Amino acid sequence: MNTTTVNDTAGHHDHDHDHAPAGLMRWLTSTNHKDIGTLYLWFSLFMFFFAGALAMLIRAELFQPGLQYVQPAVFNQLTTMHGLIMIFGAIMPSLVGFANWQVPLMIGAPDMAFPRLNNWSFWLLPAAGTLLIATFFVPGGAISGGWTMYPPLYMQGGIAYDISILAVHILGVSSIMGAINIIVTILNMRAPGMTLMKMPLFVWTWLITAFLLVAVMPVLACAITMLLTDRNFGTHFFDAAGGGDPVMFQHVFWFFGHPEVYIMILPAFGIVSTILPTFARKPLFGYVSMVYAVASIAFLSFIVWAHHMFTTGMPLGGQLFFMYTTMLIAIPTGIKVFNWVATLWRGSISFETPMLFSLAFVILFTIGGFSGLVLALVPVDIQLQDTYYVVAHFHYVLFSGSAMAIMAGVYYWLPKWTGHMYDEKLGKLHFWLTAIAFNITFFPMHFLGLAGMPRRIPDYALQFADFNAIASVGGLLLGASQLLFLYIVVKCARGGAPAGDQPWEGADTLEWTLSSPPPYHSFVTPPLVK
Amino acid sequence: MSVSVNTSMPVRSHRQLLIKLLAVIALAFAFGFALVPLYDVFCQVTGLNGKTGAKPGTLGLAGISKPVTAPPSSIDRSRTVTVEFMGTVMPGLPWEMTPLTSSLDLHPGELQQAMFRVRNLSDKTIVGQAIPSVSPGLAAQHFEKLDCFCFAQQTLAPGETKDMPLTFIVKPELDKDIRTITLAYAFFIVTDTNPAAKNLASR
Repeated sequence: MNTTTVNDTAGHHDHDHDHAPAGLMRWLTSTNHKDIGTLYLWFSLFMFFFAGALAMLIRAELFQPGLQYVQPAVFNQLTTMHGLIMIFGAIMPSLVGFANWQVPLMIGAPDMAFPRLNNWSFWLLPAAGTLLIATFFVPGGAISGGWTMYPPLYMQGGIAYDISILAVHILGVSSIMGAINIIVTILNMRAPGMTLMKMPLFVWTWLITAFLLVAVMPVLACAITMLLTDRNFGTHFFDAAGGGDPVMFQHVFWFFGHPEVYIMILPAFGIVSTILPTFARKPLFGYVSMVYAVASIAFLSFIVWAHHMFTTGMPLGGQLFFMYTTMLIAIPTGIKVFNWVATLWRGSISFETPMLFSLAFVILFTIGGFSGLVLALVPVDIQLQDTYYVVAHFHYVLFSGSAMAIMAGVYYWLPKWTGHMYDEKLGKLHFWLTAIAFNITFFPMHFLGLAGMPRRIPDYALQFADFNAIASVGGLLLGASQLLFLYIVVKCARGGAPAGDQPWEGADTLEWTLSSPPPYHSFVTPPLVK
Repeated sequence: MSVSVNTSMPVRSHRQLLIKLLAVIALAFAFGFALVPLYDVFCQVTGLNGKTGAKPGTLGLAGISKPVTAPPSSIDRSRTVTVEFMGTVMPGLPWEMTPLTSSLDLHPGELQQAMFRVRNLSDKTIVGQAIPSVSPGLAAQHFEKLDCFCFAQQTLAPGETKDMPLTFIVKPELDKDIRTITLAYAFFIVTDTNPAAKNLASR
């Protein structure tokens, strides 16, 4: 894929920017938004498989009660690192990869606003990823206190904990730089005539996401800096021996953590809001209300954090406040779901792979939203805290939400990015395997949680055996199906039927006015948007 | 730089926006640290985090002001509150701690005493400090310790066993909804290299 892009563009682009180095140096030094977008996407795909492999070990261990393959200490490392890498290594970088590829193309800009910063924000990621993976090999093993890094457990571990703090710091810096780049690009570099309210919804969701990143990533940096100084420099932010309070960490962490949840889902909303109108051959229903819904979700995300901590002991007034604000989020989210359904209403729908993934997103994400509403109820949450119900809930919003929307976006834009059509038959097979295996894996977890099975344990009571066996079969199938995804992407990148400039007849955003693949430098002369 | 701003495009300043965004990031970072004193003040006012000795409504830091031991105004014999006691030893301290009084039923306002047995399992003289925590957190402000082994550091000789008393009053102002209070102690090791812990006097 790499070389074909160079060759393709060299033909019809011989102006002064084309003295880019070839081979490895091209990728190391590239400031081109398309190159960097590609790097982000490959990086996140690698991390997706790495963290997915950890999940396979988890499911293999949980296939039957008792200890089979891994010791409890290793099991805890697996769950912790699976969460941490999937969030910071797979979902977030892939969405930034989409932003890099698509935001300039969709607003008619020649590149990102700060191309060198862009290069740097990508190349920090492999460093951080290597550090994280390396912790498996240090004395004491990787971090094992859960991806939320709660003290006092987090204070008691070995060197891996300090390495992870450094890695998360680097990831945070990378995210912040990416967010700055995206905000400046969107606000300053739109093509003439493209007012804010004419921007494609994907661009809107990323603008709001970037503001969330700028506001909360520094707060995460604070929380882990305090962990670092508590561990190494004798401070007592969270250490009760010196008058600190471990619960305070949870407050600071979730003040970052809840907006983080929406950082991972809002761009996914944007992708789905782009794909549904294309294959329903109708404009998006309620564009303005969609924009306001995204903005209100972003605002509400700042005032709901303590619903993650109902069991830490909170006055009734606090519980009620966080319960009501959490339930309030259902309103803008409901607006979005209804708008998606209304977009489909009386559309001329065709079911290509991106559309299948997007439709599954709408249905399965809504299920995840509903289980979120159940968890928002204080009396229920106190029963379900740290059970498999929570695991089921956040996999419905993160896998069938974010990850499946990302896959939808990959299938949708691959023809544009590579110039080749992907294998539609295999794509559909991948979709059906993923959707079915996903539900086999995670739907039984609702029942497990309601029956009281706690999360983050390598062994369990006998009555949970059947549902766990089902979930493990589904999980291994889900993991294996993703190899098909890798095969389809590689196959499409290496060749295939030419896609043409406009492979989807219903698509009307600016990137489809360019050739497929787009020239290395696109929109050097900005298009005029009417 | 590949960004050549086309003349037909309105030129907006990247630098200006960048500076504003950097200011937002700096503010957000500062806000994260400001959450620490804010949280302390919030807990001081509400008594949320179960730290005893704090006077709700006053901003004196816990551990600095001495407890005001007003005589109990009255004993509320109309209700009974159960107080449960727990003792834990934090990692790194080779001690053992058992509450000799596991729970007490009392009327708010009554003067009560509970005993804890602490044993040094090692062959060294070790200094430890107990840190109390009250659940539910809102009960902490009405849990008054008149005398407690946690007011000072405790030294145990090798193999020594000590019974440590706690004298307390649950004030009658305690919420009617609270029927059970749990008082948990965690013993921490006091090391010479840790000046913060050395100056510690916890209530």
